[in-house]
Amino acid sequence: MAGLLDVKNIETYYDLVYAIRGASFSVEEGSITAILGNNGAGKSTILKTVMGLIEDQPDKGSIEFDGVPIQHQDTDAIVRKGIAYVPEGREIFKELTVHEHLLMGAYTRKDRSGIKEDIETVFQYFPVLRARVNQWAGTLSGGEQQMLAIGRALMLKPRLLILDEPSLGLSPILVREIFAIIKEINKSGTTILLVEQNANMALSISSTGLILENGRFVMKGRSEDLREDKDVKEFYLGIKSETSAKGYQRWKRKKAWR
Amino acid sequence: MTDLIQMIVSGIATGSSYALMGLAMVIIYKTSEVPNFAQGEMALISSFFAMMLLTSFNLNVYLAFSLAFLFAAVLGCFLEFAVLRRAKEPNVLGMIVITIGIEMVILGVVSWKFGAEQKTMPFPIDPYDSLFIGDIFLKKLDILTLVSALGLMVVLFMFFRFSKLGLAMKATQQNSVAARIVGVRTNRILMVTWGISSLVGAVAGLLISPTIMHPYMMWDPMLKGFAAAVMGGMTSLPGAVVAAYMLGIIENLFGGYISIEFKTVVAFVIIVAVLCFKPSGLFARHYVKKV
Repeated sequence: MAGLLDVKNIETYYDLVYAIRGASFSVEEGSITAILGNNGAGKSTILKTVMGLIEDQPDKGSIEFDGVPIQHQDTDAIVRKGIAYVPEGREIFKELTVHEHLLMGAYTRKDRSGIKEDIETVFQYFPVLRARVNQWAGTLSGGEQQMLAIGRALMLKPRLLILDEPSLGLSPILVREIFAIIKEINKSGTTILLVEQNANMALSISSTGLILENGRFVMKGRSEDLREDKDVKEFYLGIKSETSAKGYQRWKRKKAWR
Repeated sequence: MTDLIQMIVSGIATGSSYALMGLAMVIIYKTSEVPNFAQGEMALISSFFAMMLLTSFNLNVYLAFSLAFLFAAVLGCFLEFAVLRRAKEPNVLGMIVITIGIEMVILGVVSWKFGAEQKTMPFPIDPYDSLFIGDIFLKKLDILTLVSALGLMVVLFMFFRFSKLGLAMKATQQNSVAARIVGVRTNRILMVTWGISSLVGAVAGLLISPTIMHPYMMWDPMLKGFAAAVMGGMTSLPGAVVAAYMLGIIENLFGGYISIEFKTVVAFVIIVAVLCFKPSGLFARHYVKKV
């Protein structure tokens, strides 16, 4: 089952913290894959490991993109292979304009006319950025900054777009809007790997879901199935099956995943 | 009246060499937020290298200067690659101390190799060759320094404003993680920055060397250049240049009318004043975080 991205049995240390304890997954070409999990489960660490942002990691295991191993490579080399990454908390350049951001997004590309076209495409996805084109990114609102971060990643024309919590700190309407756009981006042919706290939203647009707990995957499956799964419902979707007369839940199906 | 104009003109002349050093410091600060205190000594060793080529190897002046510029650029890249990059988990303070260390090492090497006494640089323009405009005299060397300072300012300004590499440099300074994830080789960017900066510094060094040439010749220009860079806001190229000229002129007027002994001190009084009233510098355009 060779997917576009194959992660096999990686283990990652964050300084002395054993954060990822043997995780394997694969992202099918053309799919939207969502990784769900609690705070501190290691979701972002997995993405950072894939992007080569944690020095000397993964400690063990292999990461293959399109059949080529990419672990222990420099971030810029990984990016040049066609993986774009939208980090948690946006990581924009505060004192560069929106236009300069989009140019930076296309830093590894050489085709000038293609870059111009793609800036237009980004503006079609996010019309609000067109109005702010010469404004410093630091002066944008949180939602606009998130759009800018996604737009910057799209400028790479990536084969795989990795998003780390695109809904972080956004209003519910904006979350819905951004997820609709993510779906659209996927339809235009970009494979997407998504990490989310907002399980409901993530499972509604993704085709495959993975659940991470304490650095290990505890469940994977088609998103429709996961949404119907009783454990997932209780842990992540907040749907309770049984309540007492006083209104609180009397028992839990499980204390933890294992 | 003639005195006043003459003093202002000489002030502009000294300001030019401050401006060049200020530019060099701003370039490194712009990408790495580290004020490079080895800037002066990097220029120093490049000038002595040029002198060595001219006197010991009898090279043609232009060839020797080109080689000196090349030497300066390579030296800058090398120091970044071999010394600063090796720092584990660097913070700004540690980096500053490293630059001071580099400064002392280079100073030691130059004093050991060439001796501490005053040298003469076989420069194509005689440092006392002057032009007269009315009653005002202008040294030809000063005109050359002025033209180089302004020229380099314009070139560097255009470079940061319009070139892709310049944009990547700004991006690296503002957020190096984000720069890496769009595919910038941030290490290489820093290395190039040090090279360019060292080159600009070497221009200053070579233009100062005909008048004074001994291991401490860059002390004053470096500190004044740093002062100008701080006054200009540390990230603004035109700011550093304008501030350098202001410093040069004020210093000269102070020396002429008030006290020649305290002439060099006045620069630092001005810095304190500027930092009291406008802490971000006179010309910095900074995004202020909204609460």
